[in-house]
Amino acid sequence: MLKRKSLIAIMAIGATGALFAACGGSRGGDASTAAGGDTSLSGAIVIDGSSTVAPLATLAAESFQGQYPNVTVTVATSGTGGGFQKLCNGETDISNASRGIKDEEKAACDAKQITYSEVIVANDGIALVVNKENTWATCLTTAQLALMWAPDSTATTWKDIDPSFPAEPLKLYGPGTDSGTFDFFTKAINGEEGASRTDFSPSEDDNVTIQGVEGEKGGLGYFGLSYYEQNKDKLKLLQVDAGSGCVAPAAGTVQDGTYTPLSRPLYMYFSGVAAARPEVAAFASYVTDNAESLATEALFVPLSAEQLATAKGEAAGLAV
Amino acid sequence: MNAAARTASTAAGATVRSSLAGHGHSSVTAKLFLGYLLFSTVVGLAALVTLLVTILQDGLPYLDSVLLFNAPSANPERAGARPAIVASIMIAAVLMATALPVAIGTAVYLEEFAQRDRWWIRLVELNIQNLAAVPSIIFGILGLAFVVRGLNLGPVLLTGALILGLQMLPTIIIATREALRAVPDSVRQGGMALGATRWQVVWREVIPAAIPGVATGSILGLSRAIGETAPLLMVGAATFVSFNPGLLTQYTVLPILIYQWIKLPQEAFQGLAAAAIIVLLVILVSMNGFAIWLRNRYERRW
Repeated sequence: MLKRKSLIAIMAIGATGALFAACGGSRGGDASTAAGGDTSLSGAIVIDGSSTVAPLATLAAESFQGQYPNVTVTVATSGTGGGFQKLCNGETDISNASRGIKDEEKAACDAKQITYSEVIVANDGIALVVNKENTWATCLTTAQLALMWAPDSTATTWKDIDPSFPAEPLKLYGPGTDSGTFDFFTKAINGEEGASRTDFSPSEDDNVTIQGVEGEKGGLGYFGLSYYEQNKDKLKLLQVDAGSGCVAPAAGTVQDGTYTPLSRPLYMYFSGVAAARPEVAAFASYVTDNAESLATEALFVPLSAEQLATAKGEAAGLAV
Repeated sequence: MNAAARTASTAAGATVRSSLAGHGHSSVTAKLFLGYLLFSTVVGLAALVTLLVTILQDGLPYLDSVLLFNAPSANPERAGARPAIVASIMIAAVLMATALPVAIGTAVYLEEFAQRDRWWIRLVELNIQNLAAVPSIIFGILGLAFVVRGLNLGPVLLTGALILGLQMLPTIIIATREALRAVPDSVRQGGMALGATRWQVVWREVIPAAIPGVATGSILGLSRAIGETAPLLMVGAATFVSFNPGLLTQYTVLPILIYQWIKLPQEAFQGLAAAAIIVLLVILVSMNGFAIWLRNRYERRW
């Protein structure tokens, strides 16, 4: 009896092992080990901060390591606020941020005499999405959005937003309250960071928001534009009217800022102490030199020519 | 569960079963109760099977050598989990080398040597009970304050492992004490009667007899630690690490990588996350399988 039990356990382990062997490598090989890398630089670069910016930082880290095999780059995701706290405590070299640094965060950096440079790396649009079967809404004004999301909002059906809409129950989905996207959206729509009605379904995982809106006829949710672009067939994108006509979020409208107020720049903050190290300075110029391809591959909107010039100026200032 | 308790519960189970079978037809209550028991079992099993089937369906197409041997990548085509797998296994090794001896030592002392009526022994016991119920995120905050910043070790693999070790101490201490308590007193008295010292009795008789229970408890505690995410996020485990970690380098573990992948917009990453879950499951099942084997191998009936 006892023997049989252990036999079953061993068989289970063996079977799973066999599965590994059976599933041959259908995907590509390791591209990070490009031969003939530059070995003149070495060291470890520690990046932390916004999880929104993380895909871009990861991509940059990966290809930078391919070029400089003796440099290791790690990316963590404590969130924009957590990242600044660590940057200003001297624990990290670079902080990803989905918003600019706040005054109290600046004060914390000053207190520790830590300087930093803000390098803009990409643009991101916040997409508002509804269910595919939603035939009534194509464009919402910022006033209607505020009516929908205000902390004291009493809107429970679409009819409460616009009398011409049907009385379909309004089901709202959004990111969790710790998220930088939540901070940004509430500031842009309700005028105050963190001010939002609380009876929506929050999720730290935007894919859960997608599933929610996909399954609810009266659903509405918001998240980074890349999540819409990866799920175009499942959702309907809304246009936003901030007073000068309806605008849909797209690379062009996010880049030139006409998709307002829901376009935002994404940043990397380089610690001054760290940037004195050659590998960090090299990383800064790598990020700005490849800004366009990094942004595109990470599914963000690339910088405008003007933004790129600013970013290159900051990065060049670091290397001195 | 220890041998004696299991024998007892098996006996009790047999009694219940025979009474249900014997008189079940005459009593509606008995039938209802039997139905309820079956229902409970099915609920648990159905949930488990659903989970396993979904994970296998989503993950198997992505479970390949790329996942096992590549570093993570922003490109799902070449993204793998090697550094996370290595780190998870290293953490398990560090836990076995640090937390396990301390926990077993504490348990042996409290159970076999300590004078229970002393106030400070009672304080220690009370604290261990309480610590077992502390949420893991609290251990993360503790670790961030005292290990990462206090000892100034930084967010390296060793600190992560130490925090998880601290967290699993109470679990293992309690399991070990249960196992020691299950060794009949006649064994101790017999040893003493033959002139053995307390130390000889504990070292040569009691501990060997308790090994199955200790091993099971330890490995279950260890498995829980391997699946833990919250405290490690708190102490600054990274999410992207492309090199095999060392004790004093940054690291990421499987649960964190899975959490990260699930959140990404590309659908392929959801499949990769499912595949990484399968890898984690295989590691956990192997560890539990090993615990079962150990228990069966060394089990003694009194």
